[in-house]
Formats: sequence, structure tokens, C-alpha cells
Amino acid sequence: MSLSHGSAGVVAPPKPSKTSYPVQEVESITIRFAGDSGDGMQLAGTQFTNTSALAGNDIATFPDFPAEIRAPAGTLAGVSGYQVHFSSTEIHTPGDILNCLVAMNPAALKTNLRDLEPGGILIVNTDSYGKNDLEKAKYKTDPLEDGTVKGYRLIRVSITKLTREAVKECGLSPREQDRCKNFFALGLVYWMYERSLETTLKWIKEKFGKNPAVLDANTKALKAGYNYGETVEVMPVQYKVAKANIAPGTYRKIMGNDALALGLVAAAHSLNKTLVYSGYPITPASSVLESLADMKRHGVKTLQAEDEIAAIGVAIGASFGGAIGVTGTSGPGICLKSEAIGLAVMTELPLVIIDVQRGGPSTGLPTKTEQADLLQAMFGRNGECPVAIIAPQTPVDCFEIAYEAVRIATQFMCPVFILSDGYLANGAEPWKIPDPAKLPKLQVVHPTGPNSEGWTGPGHEVGEGSASRYLPYKRDEHLARPWAIPGTPGLEHRIGGIEKQDITGNINYEPGNHEHMIETRARKIENISLTIPDLEVFGDADAELLVLGWGGTYGSITTAVDRAQRKGLKVARAHLRYLNPMPKNTEEVLKRFKKILVPELNSGQLLWLLRAKYLVPAKGLNKVQGRPFLISEIETAIASALEND
Amino acid sequence: MSATALPTLTAKDLTSDQEVRWCPGCGDYSILAQMKKALTTVGIPREKIAFVSGIGCSSRFPYYMNTYGFHTIHGRAPTFATGLRLANPELQIWVVTGDGDGMSIGGNHLFHVLRRNIDLKVLMFNNEIYGLTKGQYSPTSRMGTKTKTSPQGSLERPGRPLTFAIGAEATFVARTVDVDVQHLTAMLQRVSAHKGAAFVEIYQNCKIFNDGVFEYATDKSVKADNLLYLEHGKPMIFGKDRNKGIRLVGIHPEVVEIGKDCQIDDLLIHDETNDDPTLAFMLSRMTGPDFPEVVGVLRAVRRPSYEELLAKATEEQIAKKGKATVADLFKAEDIWTVV
Repeated sequence: MSLSHGSAGVVAPPKPSKTSYPVQEVESITIRFAGDSGDGMQLAGTQFTNTSALAGNDIATFPDFPAEIRAPAGTLAGVSGYQVHFSSTEIHTPGDILNCLVAMNPAALKTNLRDLEPGGILIVNTDSYGKNDLEKAKYKTDPLEDGTVKGYRLIRVSITKLTREAVKECGLSPREQDRCKNFFALGLVYWMYERSLETTLKWIKEKFGKNPAVLDANTKALKAGYNYGETVEVMPVQYKVAKANIAPGTYRKIMGNDALALGLVAAAHSLNKTLVYSGYPITPASSVLESLADMKRHGVKTLQAEDEIAAIGVAIGASFGGAIGVTGTSGPGICLKSEAIGLAVMTELPLVIIDVQRGGPSTGLPTKTEQADLLQAMFGRNGECPVAIIAPQTPVDCFEIAYEAVRIATQFMCPVFILSDGYLANGAEPWKIPDPAKLPKLQVVHPTGPNSEGWTGPGHEVGEGSASRYLPYKRDEHLARPWAIPGTPGLEHRIGGIEKQDITGNINYEPGNHEHMIETRARKIENISLTIPDLEVFGDADAELLVLGWGGTYGSITTAVDRAQRKGLKVARAHLRYLNPMPKNTEEVLKRFKKILVPELNSGQLLWLLRAKYLVPAKGLNKVQGRPFLISEIETAIASALEND
Repeated sequence: MSATALPTLTAKDLTSDQEVRWCPGCGDYSILAQMKKALTTVGIPREKIAFVSGIGCSSRFPYYMNTYGFHTIHGRAPTFATGLRLANPELQIWVVTGDGDGMSIGGNHLFHVLRRNIDLKVLMFNNEIYGLTKGQYSPTSRMGTKTKTSPQGSLERPGRPLTFAIGAEATFVARTVDVDVQHLTAMLQRVSAHKGAAFVEIYQNCKIFNDGVFEYATDKSVKADNLLYLEHGKPMIFGKDRNKGIRLVGIHPEVVEIGKDCQIDDLLIHDETNDDPTLAFMLSRMTGPDFPEVVGVLRAVRRPSYEELLAKATEEQIAKKGKATVADLFKAEDIWTVV
């Protein structure tokens, strides 16, 4: 790891800025705002991200907050952090190591200092280092004095007092005054990285327009922080990260959950259908429901259900009614939805199930990320109950994955799992806004009349003559059944969870039919592989090692493999977006490599599937700490996999 | 049929090709027959009708109707019906449930679907027993009911479906009896016309596991003394000789003899349109042998349904923010352009 400030790269000599401070250009910076969960750190981080994105940097963010909304102030349990990686080059992760840490209290210092690079900038609010504060953070001595922060560039700022002084004329209570201190800290950091205040000032104006005192105070605090940096010369230089070389286009910042919501809306529009989304509030999936609830004018209907079961029931009922039925949750919610997923498999209705994975089992780590629901999605139902499973690899990819989920669900009449995770859900990056007209056009044809012509198989003898019947389980070339919408004359039919005769859909308990239906449902899901792209391998054809990942580990794996390749290591990478079925060439790809390393934020679930399915000697790199991989962890594993022959 | 005429359905048109598999003598047969009869009179084409059910004997109902049907999972029928309603505002949607399906495993959903006033018609076939699983006590079984799982008699106080429905603010609440075919048909016609979440409890005899539990309400020699037929705007009179009535004393009902204890004018007048559910709640709790049990419409009030409110909220959002395309939606955040 580089010990210099910022990533290794071309570093321009300091040059005078308009304020006559020397400015040092660096390739990229990782900064983390950390403080008490009531300190507004998520807000400060978000604002810094927006400003950096608008300044033309590539960005990646990682919010890290406690499950408790307001744990006792000042305690270790209450620390909330927001990490921003901004760069003049393309980046894939929020960064391993911090170049700058803002620690608003001792608890934030204690829980975050280990991530700060040696020599990194450490900004502390000296007003929160009293005896009480230290005790709450379980410090026996003052870390600012006892050598704990030795080796870092410590910047002591009396943030609380300076903020109070800056806003004292605004007519706020002392408590309200103190709430402005995140803006002071943000202003200071804006100065350090030569950022414009404009985006945040505009945001403050919009957000607090109805509360002039707060608007005024936050504005003053932000400016005071900025001016403090400039006046007091807290740093000998300012750092500048130039614009990234990004493909031309119109961009916005997007988080994974928002991208899921937009992907669903876009797909429903492509099909000219209503999107019905039902969810029950659960971390970290709630924001999908929150976003969609405000999109009524875009043909979206949402229902906050009474529980997880109701949410999926609403979605399946909507699909039966001809809409795009979607439900979203996290792992514990999937447990509750299992029976209904089985019904959707049995009735062969389109359904999208979003699982924004978090640490489990049980309530687990609600706000932390994990990839441990893969086998639950694969197998977590009674009977043999196959579903399609796909996984986004970046926050932006959530858009395409949601769109693709709707495509598969409607084309194959089946439930489709989207396995996102907390890291993707809350992480943000720039999104090149697509032209909706240029997205792949989705199509679905609903039957309008009987489809029994020529049918002489089982069941043809019943009913009002075989020539004029609707056969709800008569399948197309991919084995998908037709989707007749209630309201269509002549196609009245009944579906349900009891095993049914193929073609007619009538209740049927015959042993041979049951086995046929089990096989047919499985083959239908396998047929999805006929419509998805091959697994793509990046790297030399003669690489010895393949690093194969899935889901939100994409950024860390990609960066680690790129670095290893630059060092000349014989390593390639591939990433599975389709987990069930896997791309047709998966086995061929796996058998091409002598060694396979599968990094996962679980104890080896994809690994288990690959070994069971393809009998390959793949090995796992597993981390189950509620945190994403560091790039360095994967780099180390690559090196050691190639060493151990 | 001409394009403008109302569709004229016959019961046969509404009969599916599936063999009905309820036990001989089951009360469900009568309900099925009256349902078909009622639907031939309401002027709705069969493709615009859907039946959604959960699990249990009653929940096989959709298979026997030649309409759209969805036999779902235990207790959850109201949720599927809610989704169907959101997707398809034009359908008439019936939810068929039982006392186990609706009051036990699905009690939660029943509460919420009524509270939200989703435009659905919930029929609870109450036989006070688990039939399909072969005779365990249900949440509406009376205390002391001896079953396989309550060999010494049920220790549980039974839930009261109508009281529950009124507590959940259902906008239409009624009760009827499986073999009282005219009343049953009339109730089904009434509920068909209601807009909003409707709940009908149907006393239904399980011939095999709980035979005769509603005999007091079906036996012609005693039922007039045990049932009070509610009629909107009419005094509450019952009894073989039509000489008994219900009077309100303080906040409690009292059975009185007309001419002896009081005059007709002193009796409670039924007002099913009262937005205040207090009296309907009281009526729903009247139980034998001290009181007659009410049948008929306890409550029928008009409140906007969830779908109507959703449609209104959508219009308001369009009025406030304007119609927008997906392209606009994508750009709803701060954007920047790279050239």
C-alpha cells in the first residue's frame, strides 16, 4: 500500500491557487466522515459525494452505520461512517485505506483509526474529547496525547465552539446550533480538497427553505468551516483531484437500491404495464419501496404490506392480474416468503423478488453487507422448486439487473431472484443515464382466444369441446406457459398450488404427471440459459488462475486482479451475474483453468454450487465479517494461490 | 347476445368442468349453488369475476366456478386478492376463506384487507372446525368442543368473525346461513353491489366433523327464536310469534316481549348505514341462549377504497408535478454532462 497521500500516480508540483495556497494534484482520495449517529455524518458524506460527482470525478461510496438509530451518544455502538472515494481515474470500490479521516468524537476515532493510512490526515473535533467522551469510547487516556495518533497528520479543530460562534446570530437553541457542526466539518474538508460549496449551498436552500433560521445557520456553518481552513492554514497545501476521463454522456449519482427501482420502472414501461411493488420495511431494502412509492405518476402502484408474506402475496396477485409484480426484502423476509415463492413456481407466474442481503442468520447484522443468501435463494423452499437467480455487480448494474429480471420473469413465467446486498444498496457511483428508447424492447404476448386447437392429449376430452378451450399450461418453445389476463373473455381458468396436469392445468395427483411437472419446471429454468450472454473472461487465455466472483464483490475483485495482472501474475477474472441458470459456457470456462479462486462474503456458497455442479477443484476466499473485501485481501489471496503449487 | 345487452348468464355457464369433491351433505354445496344463482342476477360477465382462496375445504371453491380463479396458500388469500385488485381495477373479486384459514393462520391479513378497505368480497365459511385436516378445533370452535386435538374439550374462547371484522373497520359486514338459500342469495347479491372491503360470515355445516353445530339456526322448529333477521330501518323483532324484540338499556341490549315489556316503538331500529360501528359491534356479540344471533347486514357504509385513494393520490401527483416520462425520471437528481 502506498504511503503517500492519495494513490500512486502522476503528482503535479504544487502550484499557486487563486487564494495563493499551494495545490497538490493527486489521482484519487479516500475520505471517511465518522461520528456519532446523530452527528449527520451520512449527510456530510452524501454532500461530499454529490459535489465530487458534479466536479467530474469518478466516485464510489460506502456508508457504514449502526442498526440503532440513536445508540447512546458518544458510544462505540453509535458510530456512523460514510466513506467516499473520488478519483481522476476509473475506480471500482470505495477504497481500502483512508487518506483522510474526520473523527467527530473519540468513539469514531477508536473504531475508524485502523483504516487510516500511515501519515494520513486526521481531523478531530477537540471539543468532544472531554473526560466523559473518552470514557464512553472506553479510552483510559486521551488518545490525542498518549501516542495513539502518532504518525498521522493530526488537525485539531474546535468544531463545536467554532460552529456555535458562527451561528450564534441565527436564533437557534444551543442544541440546534450543535447540529450544524457537520456542515462546519464539511466546509473544512471542501477547502482541503478545493471543492466548490455551490452544490451543498443549493441543497441547503432547497432542504431548509421553509425554516429560514436553520437554512441560515447551516449556510453559515458550511462557509465558516471553509473559511477556517483557508484562514488558519490547517494544511500547508490543498489537494486537488482532477476530473476523471469519463465517457461522454449525461450522468447522475445513483445508489444500488435507486437503480433497482428505476430498472423496474423502465422495464414496466417497455412492456407498457403497471408496476405493482409491495414490500414490508426492512433494512437495507426499504429504500426501494420508498423510491417507488413516490413514482405514482410513472405508472407505479405500491403497497406497504402488513408483513413479508402479504408483500409477496400482493406481488403474485398483481402478476396474476397482468401487472409486473415485484416484492423486495432482505434475508429474514425471504424466509417468510418461501411458501409463496413456491406458489409462484407452481402457478408459473412472473415475479421479481429482490433480496438486498445483509448479515445473517436471524436478525444478524441488519446494516452490514453479506452474500450468504445464495443457497437460500437456490434451495430454500419445500419440494423441488427452481427459480431464476441473478445478481448485480455494482450499484449502477442494479438498473440493468432489475430490467433483466423483468425480462426473464415475463418471458419464462417464473420467479426471478435479484441478489443485491447492503454494500450495493447504499453505495453510490456515477451513472451514465441511458436513453429509455434505446433500452432492449421487452415484449410479452397475452393470449386473447382459445389455444386448444389440435390438442388431443390428456384432458382434451373434458370441457366444452377441445377446439375452444384455453389450456393454461400449454407451453411455448422455452416451456413457458401462456399468461392470460383475468378479464379476457373465454379464457377463464383456475390456477393454484396443487400439482396440476401439464397442458390443462387441472388438479392431478398421478405419479407420472408429478415427475413430469417437476422435470418440466426445472428444464424451463435451465432454458433461460439460452437467452443470456456467455460468461466473459478478462485476462490472458493462458492464465493459471481464474478468480470467479458474483454480486457486489465485483469492484474489489476487478481492482485486485487488474493490479495482479499489472504485476505480471498469470491471473484472469470472471464474474457471474447469472447464478441460476449459469451461462452455458460456465463449465467450459472453469475447466480451462488449472486453479479457481472464488472470493465470497460467505463461507463458500457459490463454491459449493460450482463444486457440486461441475466437479471442479475450486477454492474459496471467504470473509463473513459484515464488511466488503479489501482489494488487498484479494491481491494477497491471488499471490498465495499462485505460489502454492 | 348483442353488444349492448347485459350479459345473461346461467348457472351452467358458471359451472367449471371440474368434479366437485366436497363430502356429501356439506354446506359448501348450497353456498356454491346460491353463488351461481346470485351471479346470474348481478349483470357481470364471468370473465370479469375472480375467486381467490386460501387453503381448506372452502378454498376449493374457485375450482368449481367457471370464472377466473386462484387457489393460493393457507391464510394469505386476501394478499393475493389485493394484488389482483391493484393490477386489475375492473374485476369483481371474491375471497373465499374458512374459520381456520381466515381467523387463524390468516387473521393478520384479514384484519389489514378490511382496514384498508380494498374492494374485495370476503366470504368466510364458518364451520367451527378444521375439516380438510380431519377434525381439529378451530379458532371459532365453542369452548368445550371435543376434537382430536381437544380431547377434553376446547379450552379456548372462540373468536367472533363479525366482531373482528367490525373492529377492523370493514365497510360491509353481514351474516347468513348455508341452508337458508333465499337469505344467502340475497346477501350475496348485496355484497356484490358493495364498493369496498366486504365481509360475510356464512354458518356452514360440516357433516363429517362438526355436524349439527348450527342446528339452532337451521332447524325450522327453533330457528325463529334463535335468529334475528336484521332489516335496515326496521325494528329488531324476532321469534316464532314475532313477539320478541331487542331494546337498548344503557349501553346493553335486552330481549323483551312486545306488548308485555314494551311496545314496538321502544325497540331498536336497525341502521346499517351508521358510520359509528358501536351498535353493529354490539349486535355482532349477541349469542345464544340469552340472545338471538343476528343474520343479515350489520353494517354497510361507503368509504373510499384503497384503490380509489391511490388513484386520487396519483392524479394529485400528476397535477402537482406534471406528467413525466421515464427519461425525466432518470434525470430527477442532479445531473452533469461529460463532453
